Amino acid sequence: MTANDPSPNHLQLTRDGQLRHFLTLDGLSQALLTDILDTADSFIEVGERRIKKVPLLRGRTVVNLFFESSTRTRSTFELAAKRLSADVLNLDISTSATSKGESLSDTLLNLEAMASDMFVVRHSQSGAPHFIAESVTPGVAIINAGDGRHAHPTQAMLDMLTIRQHKGRFAGLKVAIVGDVLHSRVARSQIRALNVLGAEEVRVIAPGTLLPRDVEDLGCTVEYDMARGMKDLDVVIMLRLQKERMEGALLPSEREFYRQYGLNQDKLALANPGCIVMHPGPINRGVEIESAVADGPQSVILSQVTNGIAIRMAVMSMAMGGQMAERQQKQQEEQA
Amino acid sequence: MSQVDIHNDNGLKLTGGQLFDPERGLVANPGLLIRNGRIDEIGASVQEAEAGSEMNADGHVIAPGFIDLCCNLREPGNGQKGNIASETRAAAHGGFTTVCASPETSPVIDSGAVTNLILDGAASRGAVRVLPIGAITRGLEGELLSDMAGLSAAGCVAVGNGSRGVRNARILRRCMAYAQTFGLTVMFSPENSALAADGYAHDGQVATRLGLLGIPEVAETAAVMEMLLLAEETGVRLHLSQLSCARSVDMLAEARQRGVSVTADVAMHQLAFTEEALSGFDSRFHVRPPLRSESDRQALVAGVRAGILDAIVSQHQPHDSAAKQAPLPATEPGLSSIESVLSLGLELVDRGELELSGLLAALTTGPARVLGRHFALQKGALADLCVFDPRSRWLPSSQTLVSAGLHAPVMDRSLPGVVKLTLVEGREAWRASEVVL
Repeated sequence: MTANDPSPNHLQLTRDGQLRHFLTLDGLSQALLTDILDTADSFIEVGERRIKKVPLLRGRTVVNLFFESSTRTRSTFELAAKRLSADVLNLDISTSATSKGESLSDTLLNLEAMASDMFVVRHSQSGAPHFIAESVTPGVAIINAGDGRHAHPTQAMLDMLTIRQHKGRFAGLKVAIVGDVLHSRVARSQIRALNVLGAEEVRVIAPGTLLPRDVEDLGCTVEYDMARGMKDLDVVIMLRLQKERMEGALLPSEREFYRQYGLNQDKLALANPGCIVMHPGPINRGVEIESAVADGPQSVILSQVTNGIAIRMAVMSMAMGGQMAERQQKQQEEQA
Repeated sequence: MSQVDIHNDNGLKLTGGQLFDPERGLVANPGLLIRNGRIDEIGASVQEAEAGSEMNADGHVIAPGFIDLCCNLREPGNGQKGNIASETRAAAHGGFTTVCASPETSPVIDSGAVTNLILDGAASRGAVRVLPIGAITRGLEGELLSDMAGLSAAGCVAVGNGSRGVRNARILRRCMAYAQTFGLTVMFSPENSALAADGYAHDGQVATRLGLLGIPEVAETAAVMEMLLLAEETGVRLHLSQLSCARSVDMLAEARQRGVSVTADVAMHQLAFTEEALSGFDSRFHVRPPLRSESDRQALVAGVRAGILDAIVSQHQPHDSAAKQAPLPATEPGLSSIESVLSLGLELVDRGELELSGLLAALTTGPARVLGRHFALQKGALADLCVFDPRSRWLPSSQTLVSAGLHAPVMDRSLPGVVKLTLVEGREAWRASEVVL
């Protein structure tokens, strides 16, 4: 990539604008995001059948390459791949010891030798899926399952699907994202998705220590005061708070955080009556959210999980489709 | 271009083209005769002189050889990244005739023995003159003073801590006071390590978008302020290396007005690129200090124009490919830059951001002044020269780059400015082959 081409699209889109990798939502159009949501909608029905399989990825090998462990995300990717009839290999590779650059390259070479068709990558370092997409053999699709603080595009899209199911639209919606935005790849992808899909306002609500520099440039407004921030909301998304945030002097204590930024019934009552409550999980009850809210009627947290499988099926099948279309096109060009 | 036989004491005659005279700027070349490693004759009389060989420099610029205040030769200790032979030849390709070798070798330059090792290596295998910078603290660990007097006696031209900080302000103050005792220039790349923490990118828009760990400007400006105050108090001659922030330039100008003895440089890539270069996670542009915002870039260019920043440096950091073949956060910082400095500078000239004479001053007289060297293009001066064609172009690639590091800032398009000839004390250190592009 050249220094002057900030768009990741030459990497993740084919010349015809189809997905071939899914690395970030940056640079993807409203039409493409809507297409992903519509495709996922069609897969929801598959999950309700007695035989929950479609043959779109039959004979394909999908490798879940998790450099950072995550049982839930990996399970939904695995289920999604299996429902698409793919063979699935799960690899949990610790990033702790020596597995820096060279061994990552070497790991990839070994996996490619097994003739994999798709890597689902989770990595603690921002940009790792980009690096893999740039160095992988042509024809192999890379799906970002979360990289560092950068992006978690499938999580953001399943959140969008959940919002669309409950609200029917994005136009006119006021959405708040509450908590540790600084360390959150989920928040970055959500802000992007909400902007592209046309939400009226995206608000981040957090203390100054948990907000990245120039966060407004991502396309959001900033509110330090949660009570003010809850006003007129249609959707509130709570982020997970890691315990280690107390150690770097980012926060004084979980108790103070919960008092200031935790979501309880009183604060939720300040939002619009139909406001839905979301959380990417796993939930810290009593730290980000009160149990009565998490399990309450406005919570849609469990439908997020269900939608996760459909979104991942959509993205995997679309990326594989893009790779196949590209391969066919190249073959035709070579023949001609 | 005719053959140049520099070993011929009959001399080399350079005619035509423009000459960059540090005192008068760019002038028509009146004729230069080089003999026995020195400028033997300068002026119209050269036209008549007999010489063993002659070069017509029409359309070219003849300049004093460039001086780089910050170059990593990677020797001793990092042979997989480069060595004195490969990197000094790369320097000659870039038009440089003198490079200051960073103390960050392995072992670091904190003893007379390592200094001698480098000077001996340069004498036997170096294409250009090498001036070592000594480590100001033992092992560059920022804790104990190095044998500065000994380093100076062995040939170190200044002392510094490379890109590494010292533990605290008390040690920094003592480093300065001790260096001042021996009249040594202290070179520091200002960075407050607590504020920089684990960062590797400018703490701004791009880092926020890509989720990269940021290094805020204040990591530099707080260190600049601390160093300026300590230099003022100790009276040491301070040189600030590789500034990256607009505010640093302001503080520097203000301190100078107050009479603080301080000079500074900026890396060419800070003048040519911004944080946007990291947009595609391009690990080549993982540099330290990080590439900052467009307004910082503009202020740095203005600092060079105004002479507040004395020198432009390469901050050349060759690496083996494995050091850059990883997700950006796991890569090592630094560009293989010394061969592109002139070309990137000429692009700034083409865009009207710098004058050609200003660019050349920042590559010649400016760094010479920092090193306390007098510099004049006159009869009897050492023949350290470079001849370049500002209009012809070259394409940086694994074929054309001489450095062992192939992560040059521009690899995918051609650049203006081809160095045709580099002479170090009259010896040919670099000569372009005819087919460059």
